[in-house]
Amino acid sequence: MGQPKRAKWLGKAFVYGILVLVCVVWTIPTLGTLVTSFRHADDAKRTGWWTVVDNPEFTFNGYREVLGGQEVTVVGSDGETRTVRGADMSQAFLNSLTVTIPAVIIPLLVAAFAAYGFAWMNFPGRKLLFVLVVALLVVPLQIALIPILRDYRALNLNGTWLAIWLAHTGFGLPLSIYLLFNYINSLPRDILESAFIDGASHFTIFTRLILPLSVPALASLSIFQFVWVWNDYLVALTFLGTRKDVMVMTQYLQSLLGERGSDWHLLTAGAFVTMLLPLIVFFSLQRFFVRGMLAGSVKG
Amino acid sequence: MENQRTFRRSIGEDRVLGGVCAGIARQHRLDLTRVRLAFLILTLFFGFGLFAYLALWLAVPEQEKTKADWEIQPSGLLTWIGRILLSLFVPAIFFVVMRTGFIWLREGQAHQVLIALVAVIWGVGGVALLYVIANAIVEQLSPRWRSAMLPFVFVGPALAILSWYLFIPVLRSLHASLMDARTDAFVGLDNYVYAFTDRTMLEAFRNNIIWLVVGTGLTVGFGLLIAVLADRTHPVFEVVAKSIIFVPMAISFIGAGVIWRFVYAFRPPGQPQIGVLNGIMTALGGEPLGWLTIQPWNTLLLVAVLIWMQAGFAMVILSSALKGVPSELLEAGRIDGANEVQVFANITIPYISGTIITVSTTILLLTLKIFDVVWAMTGGQFGTNVIGTVFWRQMFTFVHNGRASAIAMLLLVLVLPVMWYNLRQFQEQEAF
Repeated sequence: MGQPKRAKWLGKAFVYGILVLVCVVWTIPTLGTLVTSFRHADDAKRTGWWTVVDNPEFTFNGYREVLGGQEVTVVGSDGETRTVRGADMSQAFLNSLTVTIPAVIIPLLVAAFAAYGFAWMNFPGRKLLFVLVVALLVVPLQIALIPILRDYRALNLNGTWLAIWLAHTGFGLPLSIYLLFNYINSLPRDILESAFIDGASHFTIFTRLILPLSVPALASLSIFQFVWVWNDYLVALTFLGTRKDVMVMTQYLQSLLGERGSDWHLLTAGAFVTMLLPLIVFFSLQRFFVRGMLAGSVKG
Repeated sequence: MENQRTFRRSIGEDRVLGGVCAGIARQHRLDLTRVRLAFLILTLFFGFGLFAYLALWLAVPEQEKTKADWEIQPSGLLTWIGRILLSLFVPAIFFVVMRTGFIWLREGQAHQVLIALVAVIWGVGGVALLYVIANAIVEQLSPRWRSAMLPFVFVGPALAILSWYLFIPVLRSLHASLMDARTDAFVGLDNYVYAFTDRTMLEAFRNNIIWLVVGTGLTVGFGLLIAVLADRTHPVFEVVAKSIIFVPMAISFIGAGVIWRFVYAFRPPGQPQIGVLNGIMTALGGEPLGWLTIQPWNTLLLVAVLIWMQAGFAMVILSSALKGVPSELLEAGRIDGANEVQVFANITIPYISGTIITVSTTILLLTLKIFDVVWAMTGGQFGTNVIGTVFWRQMFTFVHNGRASAIAMLLLVLVLPVMWYNLRQFQEQEAF
């Protein structure tokens, strides 16, 4: 009996060993960034972040510089007070919020109406039009950037919030319609029939019955769309442009990378500020996020 | 049966708007087309025809309905014009009102928090309100028209937006790809010749193949490995391990770019290293390396970022598929004398092959369009260009619409097999 038991124990140790190793490797990049964001500017430039084990000294300077305006007064590692140029990322944070909130709600609303129409209403061309939606699922959005940019120039819309909301709406619609259709289509038909007998219109059924019933699907989808829009760089860069006052977080971080590429305390703090909201959403609503991912994972 | 000689608005198939013309034609046994023509001509005289029509629509009652009348579906050109107009109603009004509002706010130099708040409330509330209005208008129509139009209150706006943002751009990009830099003159296939022969593009093709094969393969491979191993551990350990692997999913590609540039950071030999990779190199007695400049291996170092970010995604989906494999099936295999590896290769893998294909396809599409990571890490320098970065340079740095469109069309052609596969799956599901 001794031999198989030992083999089993070895097998377990092997499984745990590999997983711990993978987890350590996966954590090191983030850990290094986190540690560096709390170090003094000079320390971050001169020594590796792992040396904090010997010489633990932390500061909020990185975050104060990133969020503060043009001039920030900080106390350096030598104890002297000096004024440095801040990065004013709070503006970008606000911009990201302004872009993200409507760019999550509008496509979801439009998609929910469409999904109901496709699932529970009859009209000529219904199947053909839905096939079109499925086909558009994987269309790379690069195909749309130049034509839409031309339209926006003609309409004097470049660099406005409206431009980017509509763009995110357009690009997010196929997946949203597809997922919500699958959900709404699977709701029991009897609901619709009994509501109809009571004399309810389609609109009433949709707003009073279907929307409340679809809350789980809408929740996962909105988290999905939120993370996508918040982390987007390409669409923002194309339609918002590079003016500092409208830049979103990802754009700002990228420009910081170009302008102050060696200020690691600043870059790492900036990276963490951009991650803050998605990480909170992700940890608090992990269940919905995973459910959304399982429901449909193909997006163009 | 109602007397045909009294003037009643028609509800039959000859009705288009209010049934006025059809009613007159029936009453006087006239040709319907001539009656309509008469109203149109009268409209030319200071709109008299239109006003008369509207007055009669309001004044004259409808003919009595039989059961059959409720079920007739209208057809024809006019219905489709109505449907298209209705589809445009919500997006068009929203667009015009919002655009006016934004230009007004821009000139007024309003505070951004105010703009953001107004935009959120006005924008989101506006869309909802427009749906309500569109629905209310359609509810006023005759039953026949209502049932023909109502579906387009629901699906119309989405279809209009999709057409503008995705469907029509495909055709416009195709057109632009055959034109010169400013879309003025026809140049034939010149841009495609560029796309297949230019040195940067060839470099991008090579790198994209690396991204596609190595990126997809290792992401799915790691995801599967972790999912399988985690499945055999204590539940608490499993949750913690999976969360750690999954966290990078929530980070933007640009954020990941910063994190990994720091990992690969390089200091000349002799100075203390700040990047963890060179820290390990020097600790082991080696020379520090400028990782991101070493061709062609640097592309693999960029691919590592993708694996780090997306393995969690593959893991979660594959893990839930693994938990769906019936345990009786695995037990049966074990009883038949198969070892764990054989059980895994011959039972588990075939069982979850569908999920593996789905996950691989998703990562594959991602690697095909990869842009942000490369842009943040190297900007396409040191031989790391991919199709996405070349596209961006043609579009913005060189402002060559023709070439950029040709590259975009190329991307579209590359995803066509996936599109075809999706459509086939959809047909098989028979959801309709």
